[in-house]
Amino acid sequence: MPELMQFLLSGVTVGAVYALVALGFTIIYNASDVVNFAQGEFVMLGGMFTVFAFEAGLPLPLAALLAIIATAAIGVALNKLAIEPARGAPVVSLIIITIGASILIRGLTQIAFDKQLHRFPAFSGDAPIQIVGATMLPQSLWVIAGALAIFVGLWLFFTRTLTGRAVLATANNRIAAQLVGINTKYVMTLSFALSAAIGALAGVLVTPITLTGYDIGIALALKGFAAAMLGGMGNPKGALVGGLLLGVIEALTAGYLSSQYKDAAAFVIILAVLFAMPQGLFGRQSTDRV
Amino acid sequence: MRLHTTTTALGTLALVLGLAAPAIADIRIGATLSETGPAAFLGDPEAKTLKLLVDEINAAGGVLGEKIELIVYDDGGDPNKARTFATRLVEDDEVVAVIGGTTTGTSMAILQVFEDAEIPFISLAGAIEIIDPVRPYTFKTPHTDRMACAKIFADMKARGLTKIGMISGSDGFGASMHKQCLQIVGDYGIEVLADETYGPSDADMTPQLTNIKGKEGVQAVLNAGFGQGPAIVTRNYQQLAVGLPLYQSHGVASDGFIELAGASAAEGIRLPGTALLVAKLLPDNDPQRPLVTAYKASFEAATGKPVSTFGGYAHDALRILVDALNRAGKAEPQAIRDAIEATSGLVGTTGTVTMSAENHLGLDLSAFRMLEIKDGGWKLVE
Repeated sequence: MPELMQFLLSGVTVGAVYALVALGFTIIYNASDVVNFAQGEFVMLGGMFTVFAFEAGLPLPLAALLAIIATAAIGVALNKLAIEPARGAPVVSLIIITIGASILIRGLTQIAFDKQLHRFPAFSGDAPIQIVGATMLPQSLWVIAGALAIFVGLWLFFTRTLTGRAVLATANNRIAAQLVGINTKYVMTLSFALSAAIGALAGVLVTPITLTGYDIGIALALKGFAAAMLGGMGNPKGALVGGLLLGVIEALTAGYLSSQYKDAAAFVIILAVLFAMPQGLFGRQSTDRV
Repeated sequence: MRLHTTTTALGTLALVLGLAAPAIADIRIGATLSETGPAAFLGDPEAKTLKLLVDEINAAGGVLGEKIELIVYDDGGDPNKARTFATRLVEDDEVVAVIGGTTTGTSMAILQVFEDAEIPFISLAGAIEIIDPVRPYTFKTPHTDRMACAKIFADMKARGLTKIGMISGSDGFGASMHKQCLQIVGDYGIEVLADETYGPSDADMTPQLTNIKGKEGVQAVLNAGFGQGPAIVTRNYQQLAVGLPLYQSHGVASDGFIELAGASAAEGIRLPGTALLVAKLLPDNDPQRPLVTAYKASFEAATGKPVSTFGGYAHDALRILVDALNRAGKAEPQAIRDAIEATSGLVGTTGTVTMSAENHLGLDLSAFRMLEIKDGGWKLVE
């Protein structure tokens, strides 16, 4: 029994990391149908900026705040310099642009910072918490709390605020949105800033667990993307559930089956779900009028 | 397209090199290293080391009364590019010997070029396949994963630990070491009761460690891995309070590892490392002490960065080559090859090198020091 509990706790810890990354995909996807493959780089930047600000002597909360603001600014720059000039391009081209941007950000980070791995201290120490014979680090609770808070925030944003609805309207039909007076340029800039900020916050929260380095973004983005697809792209609830599910499946496979098949099992389940429900667990049904 | 970029890169490089080193030098030594790309953390200190040492040698009058001209290409870790540069070194630059192949991939891709051209080649990559089976013109300086396994198992045996659990990264390094450890573990009378793996970017290894901990009779755990994995394993190990001796591989033998894992979680971990890492701890009469201390000082003064084992591989390769040149008395590939193979008792940063026709590595287990992490620092076990 303690084993099962340990596997579940591990799954929830890892799953919350995936969920945080997956949540970052939501806003840009909702605003433009673009899957932003530079999302993992935002997570990496959040961690790296915090590490270097912290090592320069700033207190951790201030370093984290600076990192989030700096990353949001990079998100805005990405939109202004790369996405906006290619406005008329099909979604696939925009996605390819984000892949290019992620390679550029990774390269610049290597030069601006370094190629080493880093971490900063966990927020509430490293003493493990005992739960029914299993253990969990306090930082995991921070990650889970962060994922829940962002989920609630996003849900309120999309359902309760005018700006949030404007984002959804822009994705639905850009021209119609402009006709009803939505500044779609502003919506795009806002969505990149928010996505980058969420990514950076994720980076700040997960770095004490996963460590950070210039190249951690790809792997995180891949798992976050898988989680978002599983849950349904664009739906915050989907991102949260998809992330946690993916983490728990991996941990249970590693625990009971074999750690060799951990990733394979997770992806087989994702494939199976997508066969049955191509929109993911909570994805919106898209209907096109012909 | 590839051809075009390569040509441009070559042109630029040739231009830079041409401007940087006026060609008055006589002994031409080539190198293709991964200064950029995924293996940059290996190739970068290697290239810096070669340039630094060649400058030192030339300032001191060169070798055989002639200056060394070093031609370095950056293959970015790409075997295709490495092969192009290897051909170029042979055909255009007409070098007498080549150092390089930062990774196993690039080394295996280029060694045949030098075998065909009959030019001695000293690889800086880890895999045993490079020198086993022995090829006449191919040598290497880094110890193999198998030697690291042997060192660890010998230490376990001495402590009476005969039933172990293994947890290995599924990346190239972890998989290779895992395979080679399993090949020789039986020779030490040690049994692997649990055998787990993790992905190179995994964030939590508690399920695997829970299974190892729950396995009846496990007395110690060996983590074959590289990068962030071992640091996370170490932290999870403390979190689960496994309480058994933990061994890490030579892949994480650096101060950075203690920092990442945290001094309290890393306390008591044993791992094999080279003398270079613990230069200050070596006894005064240690034959490697003056050499590693001098290299460490000059590398750190020139680059401002801490010395790494990988730079040490390049250091040893050049040292073997210069020693062979001196003994050969002439800068001809065939004579150099014969002299390298006759290297005997040459002290380097990774160990004392004695080559033979059957052994083109020439290191024995004394190349590794068993280290223990104590109070956030290193301690020699022997």
